[in-house]
Amino acid sequence: MSVSVLYSLLGSTLFSLGLYGLAAYAQLLRKILAINIMGSGVFLILVALAYGPGENSPDPVPHAMVLTGLVVAVSATALALALACRVQETTGSAQLPEDESD
Amino acid sequence: MHQKSGFSPASVIILLLLLALTGFLGWAIVSLPIQGASLRTQVLANMEQSGVKNPVTAVLLNFRGYDTLLEITVLFLAVLGVWSLGTVQILDKVQPGGPFLMALMRILLPAMMVTAGYLLWVGAYAPGGAFQAGAILGGAGILLLLTDVRFASAMARWPLRIALTAGVSIFIGVAFGSMILGGRLLEYPRDLAGTLILVIECVAALSIGITLVVLYIGSRPSEADRGVSVKSNGKRKERP
Repeated sequence: MSVSVLYSLLGSTLFSLGLYGLAAYAQLLRKILAINIMGSGVFLILVALAYGPGENSPDPVPHAMVLTGLVVAVSATALALALACRVQETTGSAQLPEDESD
Repeated sequence: MHQKSGFSPASVIILLLLLALTGFLGWAIVSLPIQGASLRTQVLANMEQSGVKNPVTAVLLNFRGYDTLLEITVLFLAVLGVWSLGTVQILDKVQPGGPFLMALMRILLPAMMVTAGYLLWVGAYAPGGAFQAGAILGGAGILLLLTDVRFASAMARWPLRIALTAGVSIFIGVAFGSMILGGRLLEYPRDLAGTLILVIECVAALSIGITLVVLYIGSRPSEADRGVSVKSNGKRKERP
């Protein structure tokens, strides 16, 4: 098993962990962090798989895609945080309402 | 804050589903073909006409310039989204800092400017470029925002809006300009490619830096801060 496959498997684990955090917690800040962890997992997979075995230079296309993705992730996070602040101002807590039947 | 402890049946099912998802993703990664799906050879074969020597920069700003144009647009849309949520009295957030913060600013700021300029320039040959430089400019801008009243009140005036839109504007301008010069959208004339990429990167880095500062503020700077007069020592004059 090469190192890049190991890092990719770590990336898919991060993705699943983030997905769990996104679904399991009602707090908006935790959901935003969870989405970022999912994104980090995807970036890790892309960067790791860009190094094929026996090649000394990485594939530039996935690296450029990760750079693009990072910027989009930063701007989406900023917008999400601004929306979460707005929810906090309006409702008094930055948290989704609990399900009554739970 | 009432997290249930212990394992309920639902959490066991969720855990199993997540394990299955991780396993499936892992299987998909391991079963990828080792060779053949890469675009590396096409990129390296066309480096001559990209105008730069770093493959990642060539992909970002020439071969896949379309992605980067949309990416800068996404940054701009995020600013529009944040601004639509309300305004903030930005000068209320600024406290002309203590001696430590001011000294830190004086030492760090020039170094950050030089680093940003270096990253911008080196992007043509090595890892670096507009986004890395823009991130450092954004950090410098936030430091300046926290310590300097004049910079903070400039956030509420019109030059800010020009700086915010300059990156998108110049990129779109170059994209359509290359159509006028006989190519297709974003197909730079071969001799001018290096120069055009450098121009786009310089303006985009400035725009990205300002965008990050604006996103850090988190709301639209209030119009009320626009006319605030600032005394020569940089301290804020008290408003009634």
